[in-house]
Amino acid sequence: MNNLPKLSAVPPRSAMPDAMIRLEHVSKTFPGSAAPAVRDLSLEVPEGEIVVLVGPSGCGKTTTLKMINRIIEPTAGDIWVAGVNAIATEPHVLRRQIGYVIQQTGLFPHRTVAQNVATVPRLLGWDRPSIDDRVVELIELVGLEPEMADRYPAELSGGQQQRVGVARALAADPPVLLMDEPFGAVDPIIRARLQVELLGLQAQVRKTIVFVTHDIDEAIQLGDQVAILNVGGVLEQIGTPEDLLREPANEFVAEFLGTDRGLKRLSLIPVHALDLDPGPVVAPGASKQESLVVAERYEVDWVAVESGGELLGWLYLAELENGRVPAADLRPFRTRLAATATLKEALNAIVTSRAKAAAVFDDDRYLGMLTADRISDEITQ
Amino acid sequence: MILAQTEGRPLVRWDWIFDHLDDIWARTLEHVTLTGIALIFGFAISLGLSLLAIRYRRTYSPITWVAGLLYTIPSLALFAFLVPFTGLSLLTAEIGLVSYTLLILIRNIVAGIDGVSPAVLEAAFGMGYTSRRAFWDVQMPLAVPVIVAGLRVASVTTVGLVTVTSLIGQGGYGAFILRGLRRDFPTEILVGTVLSVLLAVVFDLLFLQIERRTAPWAHRRVV
Ligand SMILES: Nc1ncnc2c1ncn2[C@@H]1O[C@H](COP(=O)(O)OP(=O)(O)OP(=O)(O)O)[C@@H](O)[C@H]1O
Ligand SMILES: [Mg+2]
Repeated sequence: MNNLPKLSAVPPRSAMPDAMIRLEHVSKTFPGSAAPAVRDLSLEVPEGEIVVLVGPSGCGKTTTLKMINRIIEPTAGDIWVAGVNAIATEPHVLRRQIGYVIQQTGLFPHRTVAQNVATVPRLLGWDRPSIDDRVVELIELVGLEPEMADRYPAELSGGQQQRVGVARALAADPPVLLMDEPFGAVDPIIRARLQVELLGLQAQVRKTIVFVTHDIDEAIQLGDQVAILNVGGVLEQIGTPEDLLREPANEFVAEFLGTDRGLKRLSLIPVHALDLDPGPVVAPGASKQESLVVAERYEVDWVAVESGGELLGWLYLAELENGRVPAADLRPFRTRLAATATLKEALNAIVTSRAKAAAVFDDDRYLGMLTADRISDEITQ
Repeated sequence: MILAQTEGRPLVRWDWIFDHLDDIWARTLEHVTLTGIALIFGFAISLGLSLLAIRYRRTYSPITWVAGLLYTIPSLALFAFLVPFTGLSLLTAEIGLVSYTLLILIRNIVAGIDGVSPAVLEAAFGMGYTSRRAFWDVQMPLAVPVIVAGLRVASVTTVGLVTVTSLIGQGGYGAFILRGLRRDFPTEILVGTVLSVLLAVVFDLLFLQIERRTAPWAHRRVV
């Protein structure tokens, strides 16, 4: 794809420090309405990041998004896209450099999947062979079957249509992607899959994405940064999901994040981010006395048995009788937690285990033990 | 009643039909030509007026009002009115026939364009279509089923109306009907009527085919 037409404008450095998209004091008041839909909004989207706009219905998310590709004209302020002053660029020229995905997909019903995907390259006047190659590449990239290329949109499921929408938006390799509730109309299972796929896709294509949703969980999952808007397009807070959940700037943000804010944070932190404690482990052959001391230190009534980095199982102190800790006939750890699991998954494993602890592994290597207390310490520190 | 008076004579004189095959063929061509010309000019004028109405919305009401008025004038009266100006000519016939197609065609063209999903249009503009290109590449093709449906209705109506133009010396199959009436000859009346109906059916099927060809996407709903 070395013949991909690139952006014509080279970003003047002064106008665009790092930010791929920049809104400066942007306002929009619709004709005939007294209050602005978006008021004095300033926002920067760094290159290669996903910024999610989230907020209650009618807060101006869609309006903000559509001002970036000038489907809606701002009444005040400046917008820079890829170093170009969007307001001073011909709308159709600007838009051919910006991928656009909407909830209703807006696929052309009279064009096949392949023709839909080819839309922007055709507008840009690519030659046939380049277009055909690109279409094949994109259909694969978004996880569609090659034989779907000749179908009409009406012959696809909702999830497949959304994938075509994403492929079409990516076709001319635009640096910027705008997505307005792209997964809002598909069922939760498909939505979850599309979200994971989008992140996978983003890891490959590294676009600058502005993503609109009213689903805070979706925002937390997808956003490198999340911008929380209030009615009137007022930016209440912008930051990484982690920052927002740890330190909501105000009551509105806290409320919007939900009462399960703590749990949401858990889903962002991987287990390996914690310094893991080996937990109440003893070696096979340890004495009862030794085991008692270890268990007491952890305030539990059991010990785990470890030998050479391998976790053999666990047993209650009461089962020790008078002898030494055995190397066999132990209770197995049913939940083996991967180091890449989230703390939320860890907590789930803990509360459903009898030992009230989860053993963490990196493949077969035992890394340590996680308890609810330890997780609680982590997020309250 | 005419048929009732034909006792003693056969209703259909097949020998007359076989003797007049050449005449029937000539009238068929005439009927098709009259209909075809009316549809072509009717469509061209309607398209122009529809574009005007779509571009300048305020013109839509007056345009459809005039087209509606033309549609309500009895065909006989319209031809009688035109003859002093344009004579017993093809032109007179076509003015009448064309004016009857306008209302149906304009309504369908505008409705077809308006019926294009706003999301599709927004996506088109969002990807960098200019208005002109979006109109011809997106709106028009998507309006095809509705527009062709209008052409179907207009063609069937026109085939029927062509028979009336026999009164001003045109008429295709209408000439048989008129002559049959004057001569009190049921075979000719029947031939004119039946063939006219058949031709209407042919036009109907023709446009159905055209619609399937030009809008395959509207028919392949189910996988
Ligand atoms: N074309 C328009 N004309 C007038 N007012 C509009 C128009 N589009 C949006 N608005 C108003 O602007 C405000 C913001 O609308 P917007 O569509 O941006 O909200 P949103 O955050 O995307 O909401 P949702 O989550 O429901 O999609 C709303 O009060 C809406 O009524
Ligand atoms: Mg919206």
